[in-house]
Amino acid sequence: MVSENPMPKAEAKKLDFFYGDFRALNGISMNVYERKVTALIGPSGCGKSTFLRCFNRMHDLYPGNRYQGEIVLQPDNANLLAPDVDPIEVRMRIGMVFQKPNPFPKSVFENVAYGLRVRGEGSRRRLEEKVEQALQDAALWEEVKDRLHQPAYNLSGGQQQRLCIARALATDPELLLFDEPTSALDPIATASIEELMHDLKQRVTILIVTHNMQQAARVSDFTAYMYLGHLIEFGVTDELFIKPKMKQTEDYITGRFG
Amino acid sequence: MKHLVKRRKRWDTIFALAGLLALMLGVLTFAALFIDMALDGGARLSWDFFTSYPSRRAGQAGILSAWVGSTLVMLTTAFFAVPLGVAAGVYLEEYAPKNWVTDIIEINITNLAGVPSIVYGLLALGLFVYQFGFGQSILSAGLTLALLILPVVIVATREAIRSIPQVIREGSYALGATQWQTVRYHLLPYSSAGILTGVIIGMARAIGETAPIITIGALTFIAFLPPSPVQADPPFLSFEWLFSPFTVMPIQMFNWTSRPEAAFLTNAAAAGLVLVFMTLAMNGLAIWLRYRLRRTLKW
Repeated sequence: MVSENPMPKAEAKKLDFFYGDFRALNGISMNVYERKVTALIGPSGCGKSTFLRCFNRMHDLYPGNRYQGEIVLQPDNANLLAPDVDPIEVRMRIGMVFQKPNPFPKSVFENVAYGLRVRGEGSRRRLEEKVEQALQDAALWEEVKDRLHQPAYNLSGGQQQRLCIARALATDPELLLFDEPTSALDPIATASIEELMHDLKQRVTILIVTHNMQQAARVSDFTAYMYLGHLIEFGVTDELFIKPKMKQTEDYITGRFG
Repeated sequence: MKHLVKRRKRWDTIFALAGLLALMLGVLTFAALFIDMALDGGARLSWDFFTSYPSRRAGQAGILSAWVGSTLVMLTTAFFAVPLGVAAGVYLEEYAPKNWVTDIIEINITNLAGVPSIVYGLLALGLFVYQFGFGQSILSAGLTLALLILPVVIVATREAIRSIPQVIREGSYALGATQWQTVRYHLLPYSSAGILTGVIIGMARAIGETAPIITIGALTFIAFLPPSPVQADPPFLSFEWLFSPFTVMPIQMFNWTSRPEAAFLTNAAAAGLVLVFMTLAMNGLAIWLRYRLRRTLKW
């Protein structure tokens, strides 16, 4: 699966994270490779979502949170956590899809156009082009092209989640974060999202948190197993699942633990 | 066994009856007052009553200057209270750092809602009427009532904003939006129903306020209208009406009830009826708006 030498898109370097006094992440160092899917697995509370949300500085929205260490984004070798980097800059390069579909209570079109609008895109024609492109990339265009101006809430759960993916894609992110994107969806919708991820990685790097180990095995090229804020093992997915190096990882993926 | 259950359930009946009685006491008292007023004043309501100035002869007196005054004061109140209250509410909910200064401000806003209205009247008399030199005008009254309902608007704004799920904010920020863009494109539109409801309920309270308006010196006998805001000559708009003397509905009522002749009491009852309908209409509008706007929002 991983034949060529993959380039790192983002590198976490000795990353610590604190919620107030509570240390949620301990010295995490790992790479997220360009145009690959990297999965974060581990039991509830292991810090995988916390780690994911460091990448787009989501933690900056709440007081009392603190980072230590670096996340370096390529190709410009920029430390996303540097104090002089505005979180907004980071979020303009890195998109995110949430656990529960969270479309805005606006029309399908406005949902997808929003990211462009906040960047100041005013041309109706360019907005329409971009929105169509993003919806096509999210495999949603055929289903919604006749109701672009209807409320997004009329869509099914799976469609809503693909709409959220389209919304994130519209601004051409370099890295796309998925925080358990299928945990609120039925198996059919889940399959369509997984298929979509497979297509998307041709052009965008993906980092996904998942509760579901089969999902990690199905969609990812690399997997990281986390436990209690530590990175236990990181490796090529096939190898990690078939021949884990750490006993802890093996216990988790074989279901003896977690 | 059956006997025991029956005996215990007796208290259910007793409490239900007591509760019903308590409820009826409130509802019936209001109904009695309202019906009494309707019987007294209902016959007096006519087109002329709305289009006539007050008069020394009870039969010719009307509420023209009063309802026009109330309307203009309410417009002024809304004009000042809505932007100030909404901005303050948004700031407290979204921007303010969570520390003890914010806590103190929050507690004080809640307390402000409980300050007797006459105190606002005194403050306004010193500040707006004399210090700023606005005089005994519609502007002074509007500003006073705006201060009075400001806490209501702030609290309504904060509650409406707080009820928006956090995932909506995160969704917006995740796309690179600034705080203002999130407020402007999401939080304000989605909370408008709640804010509007709060504003209207505050206004419904303000329209019946008498004490602070008397304190700042509204006149009780006004036989003219403020200058019209729309003029025939350029620049077509005039704000002279803001500085005009005025009266409002409750003051007109108050004036009539203090007259000895029974015919004036009839006038007061009729004016009271109009005022109650104005208030009920505003509350009704608030309820309708809330249902309508909430229906379009789902998360």
